Amino acid sequence: MADKKSLGHEFTKGIIKENPVLRLVLGTCPTLATTTSLESAIGMGISAMIVLVCSNIVISALRKVIPQKVRIPCYIVIIAGFVTIVQMLVKAFLPSLDEQLGVYLPLIVVNCIILGRAEAFAGKNSVVASALDGLGMGVGFTCALAIMGTIRELLGSGSLYGHAILPESIPPMTIFVLAPGGFFVFGLVMACANKLAEAGGGKKATLGGCKACPMASSCEKLAAGEKCGEKEVEK
Amino acid sequence: MSEERKLTVSASPHRRTVDTTRGIMLDVVIALMPALVLSVVLFGFRALLVTLTSVVFCVLFEFLSRKAMKRENTIGDLSAVVTGILLAFNLPSTIPLWMVIIGDAVAIIVVKQFFGGIGQNFVNPALVGRIVLMTSFPTYVNDYVAPFAWRIKTLDAVTTATPLAQFAGKYNSEGIAQTLNSPEFPELAKMFFGVRGGCLGETCAAAIILGALYLFIRKVISPTIPLFYIGTVAVIMLIVGKGSVPFVLYQLMAGGLLLGAVFMATDYTTSPINFRGKVIFAIGCGIITSLIRIFGSLPEGVSFSIILMNILVPHIDNLTAQKPFGFIKEKIKKEEAAK
Repeated sequence: MADKKSLGHEFTKGIIKENPVLRLVLGTCPTLATTTSLESAIGMGISAMIVLVCSNIVISALRKVIPQKVRIPCYIVIIAGFVTIVQMLVKAFLPSLDEQLGVYLPLIVVNCIILGRAEAFAGKNSVVASALDGLGMGVGFTCALAIMGTIRELLGSGSLYGHAILPESIPPMTIFVLAPGGFFVFGLVMACANKLAEAGGGKKATLGGCKACPMASSCEKLAAGEKCGEKEVEK
Repeated sequence: MSEERKLTVSASPHRRTVDTTRGIMLDVVIALMPALVLSVVLFGFRALLVTLTSVVFCVLFEFLSRKAMKRENTIGDLSAVVTGILLAFNLPSTIPLWMVIIGDAVAIIVVKQFFGGIGQNFVNPALVGRIVLMTSFPTYVNDYVAPFAWRIKTLDAVTTATPLAQFAGKYNSEGIAQTLNSPEFPELAKMFFGVRGGCLGETCAAAIILGALYLFIRKVISPTIPLFYIGTVAVIMLIVGKGSVPFVLYQLMAGGLLLGAVFMATDYTTSPINFRGKVIFAIGCGIITSLIRIFGSLPEGVSFSIILMNILVPHIDNLTAQKPFGFIKEKIKKEEAAK
């Protein structure tokens, strides 16, 4: 099915139209936790992107070997393998980043974006398409984290990438590096992304069950006419 | 009945209220005036400046955001004015004005207009404005000046600890007695007229009670929430203070309890509809306020307690919804059908 679409589309869709954090609302925990500074946000984004591309390639290559019923444990093993590699590399070459990310680096294993892409895309599509999908989603994730990291670090600690920007006479708004500020920024950035995606011909973000999902066009269950999730909205 | 008066036949409702949002908000503004006058007397003209800045920018932000969202303009209903005054009343007189403007922006744009404007905000806008400022700039928002210090021309300001800050961490019988007897602690009469450190509008109990009575008489708010809220705090503090009446009176008049209970917990949008719901809401506010005061790291918890209970209001309303006359629960219906 996806082969009909151009490979370029598989790459670009993850940046705005199906941005994993801002449009699909996946992986919100690392998003809120690691965007307190630009450095850790970019570090998190790139680490997740590497894992995502690698796991997408391997899962796609093995998609005909992995039995349908035990696919989730198999995916998790593959993802965990790559996360371990990335974690060891970061520990060895970027120890300061490892310290900043802390537990969130090994937690990439359970990041919904990676398992979500494996389940929704890599398990059904060719290796090349899956690699591009992973790269696009990874870039989208990194961009979203970088935007949030910039806003939160600039307003919350008056610096950017560790360098002081605001003069000391202006006290920074500490709330932006705390959890509530993270939610404020997340909501606002998400609203802007929705506006941008709609302007670019994407689906309007509404409450409407499965049909409202930005991924609805590639959903098998919806294509088969299953009405999952619709009942809740009607209520 | 004279013959000239004809009978009119019409569909219900037959009696319409003459209350308008504008009229209600104007009543609230009038009720806040005594506290404003007292704050100027106690903390100087800077208090008036902070309040005016807050009001002007709240109205401005309301106007601009309604314009940007292409919605009907609502500055005429005066709700932004009330938010502005309440936010200023929750800040000390020394706060830099640009911080007040940030608070106004958060209150009006983020909390009120993003959620759809008046009647749609899920928590009290002024309180969120205060909390955002308090978590962002703790040193500026907790910088309380002594009353009448502005009259001493040689000094810029005399900072002072609020009565609650003096109680903080000492909620055992020895600590309470020690604090009550300390020479720096204001007398009860001074507390009543607001001669103590604190935020602009919260210090003078007399002015707030005057405003509350006006609102009760005009039937703008019902006394349920303020009485149950303050009552809950009083009961808990009576237990904690082992029956010490002065301690209870200090606890009631200190901090923002009176201001919060009368003007912020009673906000129509963010308080439950019927009597039972109001009682649950008010008791919840009282319990959380007392817990934060006694066990929390902050000396005061009125703003957080009201916000937390605001969030629960939809659930409280659901649980306390009035049953229609003759309504039978579905369960009983099924059981009867089974028979």
